[in-house]
Amino acid sequence: MDKMRLQPLTALGGVEPARDVIGAVEIVENAGIALASLATRRGQGSAVAAAARAMGLGLPGPGMVSASAPCAALWLGPDQWMVLAESASHEDLAAVLGTAFGAAASVTEQTGGWVCFDLNGPALSDLFERLCAVDTRAMAAGSGTRSVIDHLGCYVICRAAGQFRVFGPRSSAASLHHALTTAARSIA
Amino acid sequence: MRIAGGQIDRGQSLRFTFDGVGYQGHAGDTLASALLANGVRLMGRSFKYHRPRGVVAAGSEEPNALVELRTGARREPNTRATTAELYDGLVAQSQNRWPSLRFDAMAVNDLLSPFLAAGFYYKTFMWPKAFWEKLYEPIIRRAAGLGRAALEPDPDSYDKGFLHCDLLVIGAGPAGLSAALTAGRAGARVILADEDFTPGGRLNAETFAVGGVAGADWAAASVAELATMPNVRLMARTTVAGAFDHGIYAAVERVSDHLATPLPGKPRQVLWRIYSRRALLCAGALERPIAFANNDRPGVMLAGALRAYANRWAVVPGQRVALFVNNDDGLRTATDLAAQGITVVAVVDVRQGGTLVPGIRHLKGARVVDTAGRLGLSAITVRLANGQRERIACEALGVSGGWNPTVALTSHHRSRPVWEEAIAAFVPGAGGPVGLRVAGAAAGVFSTAAALRSGAQGAVAALGDLGIAARAEVPEAEDGPVAIAPFWQVAGKGRAWVDLQNDVTVKDIALAKQENFTAVEHVKRYTTLGMATDQGKTGNVVGLAVMAELTGKTIPETGTTMYRPPYTPVAMGAFAGRSVGREFRPVRRTPSHYWAREQGAVFVEVGMWMRAQWFPKAGETGWRQSVDREALATRASVGICDVTTLGKIDLQGTDAGGFLDRVYANTFSTLAVGRVRYGLMLREDGMVMDDGTTARMGEDHYVMTTTTANAVAVFRHLEFCRQCLWPELDVQLMSTTEAWAQYSVAGPNARKLLEKLVDQDISDAAFPYMACGHITIGGLRARLFRISFSGELAYEIAVPTRYGDGLIRALMAAGAAFGAVAYGTETLGVLRVEKGHAAGNELNGTTSALALGLGKMVSRKKDAIGVVLAGRAGMAAPDGLRLVGFRPVDAAEPLAAGSHFIAAGKPADAAHDDGYMTSVVYSPHLGHSIGLGLLKSGQDRMGERLRAVNPLKGTAVEVEVVSPHFVDPDGERLRG
Repeated sequence: MDKMRLQPLTALGGVEPARDVIGAVEIVENAGIALASLATRRGQGSAVAAAARAMGLGLPGPGMVSASAPCAALWLGPDQWMVLAESASHEDLAAVLGTAFGAAASVTEQTGGWVCFDLNGPALSDLFERLCAVDTRAMAAGSGTRSVIDHLGCYVICRAAGQFRVFGPRSSAASLHHALTTAARSIA
Repeated sequence: MRIAGGQIDRGQSLRFTFDGVGYQGHAGDTLASALLANGVRLMGRSFKYHRPRGVVAAGSEEPNALVELRTGARREPNTRATTAELYDGLVAQSQNRWPSLRFDAMAVNDLLSPFLAAGFYYKTFMWPKAFWEKLYEPIIRRAAGLGRAALEPDPDSYDKGFLHCDLLVIGAGPAGLSAALTAGRAGARVILADEDFTPGGRLNAETFAVGGVAGADWAAASVAELATMPNVRLMARTTVAGAFDHGIYAAVERVSDHLATPLPGKPRQVLWRIYSRRALLCAGALERPIAFANNDRPGVMLAGALRAYANRWAVVPGQRVALFVNNDDGLRTATDLAAQGITVVAVVDVRQGGTLVPGIRHLKGARVVDTAGRLGLSAITVRLANGQRERIACEALGVSGGWNPTVALTSHHRSRPVWEEAIAAFVPGAGGPVGLRVAGAAAGVFSTAAALRSGAQGAVAALGDLGIAARAEVPEAEDGPVAIAPFWQVAGKGRAWVDLQNDVTVKDIALAKQENFTAVEHVKRYTTLGMATDQGKTGNVVGLAVMAELTGKTIPETGTTMYRPPYTPVAMGAFAGRSVGREFRPVRRTPSHYWAREQGAVFVEVGMWMRAQWFPKAGETGWRQSVDREALATRASVGICDVTTLGKIDLQGTDAGGFLDRVYANTFSTLAVGRVRYGLMLREDGMVMDDGTTARMGEDHYVMTTTTANAVAVFRHLEFCRQCLWPELDVQLMSTTEAWAQYSVAGPNARKLLEKLVDQDISDAAFPYMACGHITIGGLRARLFRISFSGELAYEIAVPTRYGDGLIRALMAAGAAFGAVAYGTETLGVLRVEKGHAAGNELNGTTSALALGLGKMVSRKKDAIGVVLAGRAGMAAPDGLRLVGFRPVDAAEPLAAGSHFIAAGKPADAAHDDGYMTSVVYSPHLGHSIGLGLLKSGQDRMGERLRAVNPLKGTAVEVEVVSPHFVDPDGERLRG
């Protein structure tokens, strides 16, 4: 028997990502981002920094997301980041990082752990103030932080004025989507 | 009665009904002002005596005019007519009356009032004791009560939200507007919240000029300026209800209460959590009444409210108005009403001195001693300074006993207000919420000019703390002094009300004193002074002043009761927010969720996870049929189960093995790469915390699995160990629970099935029992673990989560040739009980490794969390509980989990309790019920017959103690 090729599903269970437009808010499920966690091993700070430099990856400080390409990073904790890349080019991001960082860092594949929603619109802070305690009005482009949205641990990232991104636990993608669309209707 | 002027929109008429009678009001009216405009003074019945009552105040402090607003599921009891904004189609009903407001049969209570004093219920309904709950209390509650809540679920939705600011200004009167303007112009992030729908506070109710224009116009212009500032958020219809830690305030925004129903998708209200760097309380002051006989008739109001109705809403309760005052502010009502052409029949002033109000009969040194009028005021009786009594006909009486600064929020952290003699009022004390300042009348600063100044200066000071420069610029305004002679009650025979909402009179307070309930908190509980929806906003200070007079103490010596959040009542829905019904908490779906739904799976909530419980097939009529089929097919051929929900924790680093040795009771550093080991985790006290398998995926890389229930708790525990106990170890932790979709494939044909999908050699030689490794499925990276929870030849196979749906479909397709079944959590339970594996029912926090038959797993060769205390003498007591199996002696008898074991011939009581049944399933393999349980000295009692007694179900089944391993006790199926 021929080995099967498994078909991926988006976090919301679709073949194609979901997209909602409610009032002036656009909520798009982004199924094209590969994620991997990166943690510096004990005493390997300079080796990690060197390896990151070598691959052009910016490793930001607390509350920030680097703008580097093709891989960018979100600060998770001391010596810990979530690395993001386009899955089209970096489907097995963890393997890429594993090669680049070797024994200097611990890497886990996280792509499947998260659902990503990209939000676009002029008044997204009106939306976020009904969702989480993050002061999104004070967030500059390139900042990102962990918060809780409807009981779910999420990352809220400001990509640019009018462009935010939310990562939430994949298993609760439908609940998070419900929270986002409900809040969008509240302010529509 | 409507008069000229006011801030209502006469071009916009709104229809509404009260007790079924249709009326008209205007935009800008409250229900109270619209009722007064229509000549309705009688708005409710009192709580206890069912006395006719009318509106007393013009704001949220209203004690009397409580109505049931709206109908059906939206009916809200105890809504203050003074804050209910009029909308077209509004429906209101009076409450606490039967059969009608004008004729209330329960008013008989009023005649019985000599018997209904404070403490009456507790004294009278003492005997027989058993009658209290069943008979007396229901009757009393029906007779004395407020409105009726809707019985249907609330159809509206509520939002919760979070706001951030440099300065939160609470109240948009002169002080608040001045503060917001000052801070807004300085560029600070400002939130200005006010409970009214028109900001301005008393400026809208007075005729003063501010900066050369009418106060209300200045307020409107200020609001307009604030609205142009992007750094200022102006929140009308928003009550700041509580002060919490770290500058956090709770605020309720009434988004839709001025509409018949909320717009589609819109919340009715929003409960905001405001994170403020600094806050400024500008909540103003509330007027207080004077107690005198029959001071509760409809038409008797606070003088400031009377003035507010006339100036802002252009209504008066009657053509002839009298006033009863002890301060100059009360005189303003006389001047304002006279200017409106209303006949002020008399100003009864308790003071001897002071200026007369020109052109008005000003009775100095006089008292109002009684009132008349059955359903509304028709006359007052005045005792003049010379002792003569005079009856004066009037439809309205404005009373002013002075003003109380609204200090509530300053006391939410237990700071007590302090008495200020000059204004005869409590002002905020020291030690209020950190970062909160007070300005304007709330701080006891009563003139308009001083309030404007105090607000601006408060803002400058608050911003100064934050390093933001601001300049106080205030317009000119009235700057009159406070002239007051403290006066609380007119002594006399009749009942003089102190707390109108709770029907507490001067006599009740005297009774409390007589019975030695003199401390204010005792007075409150004994008399109910200051309880219920208004929390004594108008009555409290009068009540404690009366108590002070009775006890001969000063008011500061007497003190106040504690203020607590919320400042005004908050709808329960606002606290719930969106977390109601199905949205009470988020749902977690497994990777096979959509496939399982297609199969018609029955789901069960496991924590937040929705797991397939069983998969019914056509023709199966009961769950047992499905579960028996799934279990038998798995043991006969192969079954597949989604086990993604088990916690997965990735551990990497050069010390990962050593770290595991410290958190697990058994050893992991010696585990070979490519192998899996069952691990037992203890709590510090030696009891079992969790169990699961941990696989060594590489030299410095382990993957731990936890039970579904403990996934988060174990991760948190490990992070604590890593960060706090042993920061010197090189180990990094990351949860990968959701990153991988994982399925158990179990049964004699498991390998044959997987061989169809897996690219590598997984023969027994290449991939033996307890092996693990990286594999591929059609080139896709995957993980394979040869582990078994069922006792069968079994694997767990994992792929990146987005391929989980594809994998379950591929597994079922590849398994079709073997008659593969999908099985759910019920079958999972059957298989593990048949095999004798402990699970959550046994790992219940009270069991040791020894009790679970896993004592040998606790390694003594190393130290690990819990090992020392697991060795306590009591933990190894020979008569301790041990895990054993049970089967019914009569195979036809079902067992019940939770049953307790009683030795043969012993009575079924606690003294003879030998343990309890933890898990019970029907084993289709054996054809009868089987159970696991914890039995005293269980290891020594094999073959013994006991009774499994369940007093709750009334059952007692004879059972035999057997090995917990019902299927394949030697584990031959696992290998090979």
